[in-house]
Amino acid sequence: MTGDGAPHRLAERALELFTGDACTVLLTETSSAHLRWARNAVTTNGVTHDRTATVVVSVDRADGVAAGLLTRDVATPADIEALVRDADASARAATPRPDARPPIGEGRSSCFTAPPEGTSPAVFAGFAADLGAVLGGGRRARHEWYGFARHDVSTTYLATSSGARLRHAGHSGSVEVTVQAGDHHRSVWSGQFTEDFRDVDLAAVGRDLERRLAWTRRRVAVPEGKYEVLLPPAATADLLVRLYDALGGREAAEGGSPFGGPGGGADVGRLLCPLGLSLHSDPGEPGLGARPFLAVHGPDALRSPFDNGQPLHRTVWLADGRLRNLVTSRYSAELTGLPFVPHVGNLVLGGGTATLDEMVRTTRRGLLFTCLWYIRLVDPATLLLTGLTRDGVFLVEDGEVVGACEDFRFTDSPVDLLGRATEAGRAERTLPRDARSWFPRVVAPALRVPDLALSPAAPGS
Amino acid sequence: MPNPESTKDVRRRLDPAFLALPLHRLADAALSRARRHGAGHADVRITRTRRGGWLARDGDLVATVDGTATGCGVRVEHRGCRGFAATTDLRPAAVAAAVDQAVAMARLAAGINGTAGAAPVRLSEEPVHREAVWCAPCEIDPFAVPDAEKAEFLTAASRGLLGHAAVRHVEARLRVVRETRFYADSRDTTTTQQRVRLHPVFTVTGTDAATGRARTVRTRGPATGRGWEYALGAGWDWVDELAQLPEELAEKTRAPVVRPGRYDLVLDPSNLALTIHETIGHATELDRVLGYEAAYAGTSFATLDRLGRLRYGVPGMHVSADRTTPHGLATIGYDDEGVETQSWPLVEDGVLAGYQTDRETAAQAGFPRSTGCSYAEDARHVQLPRMANVSLHPDPAGPSLAELIAGVEHGIHVVGDGSWSIDPRRHGFQFTGQLFHRIEHGRLVGQLNDVAYRGDTVRFWNSLARLGGPATYLLCGAFNCGKGQPVQAAPVSHGSPAAVFRDIHVTATAG
Repeated sequence: MTGDGAPHRLAERALELFTGDACTVLLTETSSAHLRWARNAVTTNGVTHDRTATVVVSVDRADGVAAGLLTRDVATPADIEALVRDADASARAATPRPDARPPIGEGRSSCFTAPPEGTSPAVFAGFAADLGAVLGGGRRARHEWYGFARHDVSTTYLATSSGARLRHAGHSGSVEVTVQAGDHHRSVWSGQFTEDFRDVDLAAVGRDLERRLAWTRRRVAVPEGKYEVLLPPAATADLLVRLYDALGGREAAEGGSPFGGPGGGADVGRLLCPLGLSLHSDPGEPGLGARPFLAVHGPDALRSPFDNGQPLHRTVWLADGRLRNLVTSRYSAELTGLPFVPHVGNLVLGGGTATLDEMVRTTRRGLLFTCLWYIRLVDPATLLLTGLTRDGVFLVEDGEVVGACEDFRFTDSPVDLLGRATEAGRAERTLPRDARSWFPRVVAPALRVPDLALSPAAPGS
Repeated sequence: MPNPESTKDVRRRLDPAFLALPLHRLADAALSRARRHGAGHADVRITRTRRGGWLARDGDLVATVDGTATGCGVRVEHRGCRGFAATTDLRPAAVAAAVDQAVAMARLAAGINGTAGAAPVRLSEEPVHREAVWCAPCEIDPFAVPDAEKAEFLTAASRGLLGHAAVRHVEARLRVVRETRFYADSRDTTTTQQRVRLHPVFTVTGTDAATGRARTVRTRGPATGRGWEYALGAGWDWVDELAQLPEELAEKTRAPVVRPGRYDLVLDPSNLALTIHETIGHATELDRVLGYEAAYAGTSFATLDRLGRLRYGVPGMHVSADRTTPHGLATIGYDDEGVETQSWPLVEDGVLAGYQTDRETAAQAGFPRSTGCSYAEDARHVQLPRMANVSLHPDPAGPSLAELIAGVEHGIHVVGDGSWSIDPRRHGFQFTGQLFHRIEHGRLVGQLNDVAYRGDTVRFWNSLARLGGPATYLLCGAFNCGKGQPVQAAPVSHGSPAAVFRDIHVTATAG
């Protein structure tokens, strides 16, 4: 869109109109396309376009800073004008807030005036042809294919009354495929992050799934107990995302997370992973790029809209296995005495050199998972989670997969699991199955954990 | 649900800013464009959802959300496949462009399904409702209440709680949603509807003196389909519940960890609601039964061949699905396919008796009519079969809570919901709670910590030993039931009496 309705013009218009003491305008235009299939046929699909603006107006008062924060879908100059008027009024009616901070004044993107990028059904052109073929093949083989493919393009414009003019276009997508054998009791899953679908090879995915589906032909009974397990990268990634969600500095300082010190305060410096793995985030990570500045429409436990526009850089969370940083806003940093370390939208855990197949070959007896599912927080103070395995648990004996068993429930903490891991495989780009809708950008290795306690997922079924 | 008010009176209660949108003009633009493309069935939804959120920590307001999402979603059937598209640009040209995109997606799907040899989509036949209107009761519009008053509701209570020695931290949250939606389809059904929901939650944190470990207790005041009057005491006594929290927390910080084993459980409705949701609500969604959710939310053990045969629970156990329940979060007049909502049985006298459907799943299963469960979070999401208010009936002559507890020799009374997890076929689950009161010889003898109960759905419901009476009944609920890809949230309520379950596996979530 060009002219007065162009996103950068709407942002500038908002800054012309506000009457408070400071203003931040965040405008995100998102274009999405998705395809979903079940039982070898496309079920639902869609193409959506939305444009959402958040305006933060602050007013300096004798007793502090009051703020009005409003978010709405906007299409026209009239829409943004109404939004700014209402945010202004909201700020003037509000009481001062301790978390309010002046807008970020740094940064100018040379592409600020460029139009938003988008996606369309055309992104699936090659993929759709392959999908028709594999679904037809599944029907003939009496295997049922299920899955979901999506592509999102979000263009963010951020402008502040103190001079920042930032723009970023982010492309992300994913493909997930589940194949069930005709009896509906044997299934395998594969997931992949992609920025443009050009790297999706559905035929290769199909071959890998058929290989693993063949492993399920032999069923083995594995009683509950403690087992050595191989967590593939997708499973490691889901645990990492939960760990990252719990890295809030304020929660740690107040004793509400496992990262608090014994005498109060945050426990930065503690050894969490004796394997010495490092965990970082980096907006410039190749193939996994994230927005290089903070941009949130609504607050959450880790991010404040008052920090919108803050430049993001490579941030180390664990170095050589030791906790190095916790996530803070400017407000929570001042509250806790921790440095201001904003949240970044990807995660990279280092690893070793072995592939997952090589880790299987060096396993005397253990269980190979496919992915984790339905992970829920049981206790935030210890980050105790419960969850399930899904779509394939395989018994490995003397370096070979010898059969598949029923799914299991685990109840454990990713902090403890990192502490007990004895081997990390090669780090690779993966898709956390349970967390992919809110945090899809993860690089993780497979992990070997020697002693994971498992109970039946479906007792008595 | 038939509304006793006149259409004019109901319209007067709808959001005037929504009614000022060119709803019919946009619908006409969409439906006529779909006809020109040669589409079969087509529907258009225009929705406006305003979400407010306020968060106070230790008495300071530290986060607010006030977001309004307005958009238009169109769904067309073309060459035997459906296509969906949505836009937030509410101008006729943008809506017509969305129709073009929906047709393009339907063609793409038809190409894939043609290669794969899939059957075309079919829909159940449903009556037409012209210009229907519906509005949920709401005495005080929460968005008309000054923000300062809402903030004060949270911060004043927080400061009061912080005055107690056991309370180290207080988190107070308030979430409010107003959902206004217009629907029109190519069969001439048009509906305009509105509902409001609200949920205040207070969480207090204290410290176990012996271990230094943080313990929390959260209020059980349920999410409800009411206005600001709920915060003022209509339907829940907040003053009374907040007064009890510090002592509950103090006792919890001193309580021992549960000894794992088998116990009789007295489940409070504030806990049982989530168990009903996961083990009955989701298990009887027909799209799951048919396999549509196999890749994400999962399937169900309650397959079609078991309808009328599966011994789901004990005789005397009745569970209904209902989209007309007063103040229910899934309550509305017409679903997102223009089907009038209703009430129907899911479990009758312990036997599987029904499913929750939309028009497509009803037709696929051979049912004559949809049960009216189509819903989308907003116009940006495509409609899916979503859960009705699924509720367990009380025993009309059943006992009080005290009488239920008095009948247990060795057990635990579980109050409030905590974490939950269940396998994709809805067999095996694990639930926790907020408060766990040990029962010995029919009396409460102190709290326990770190209790989780596990089981298999059918065994669990067949261990139901006693249902509480109407006085123990409570309608609870949640805003955020997730389903579908892209994932979307739906609000839903569950009513339940307190109930006793015998010989349940209890595990300790901490050593």
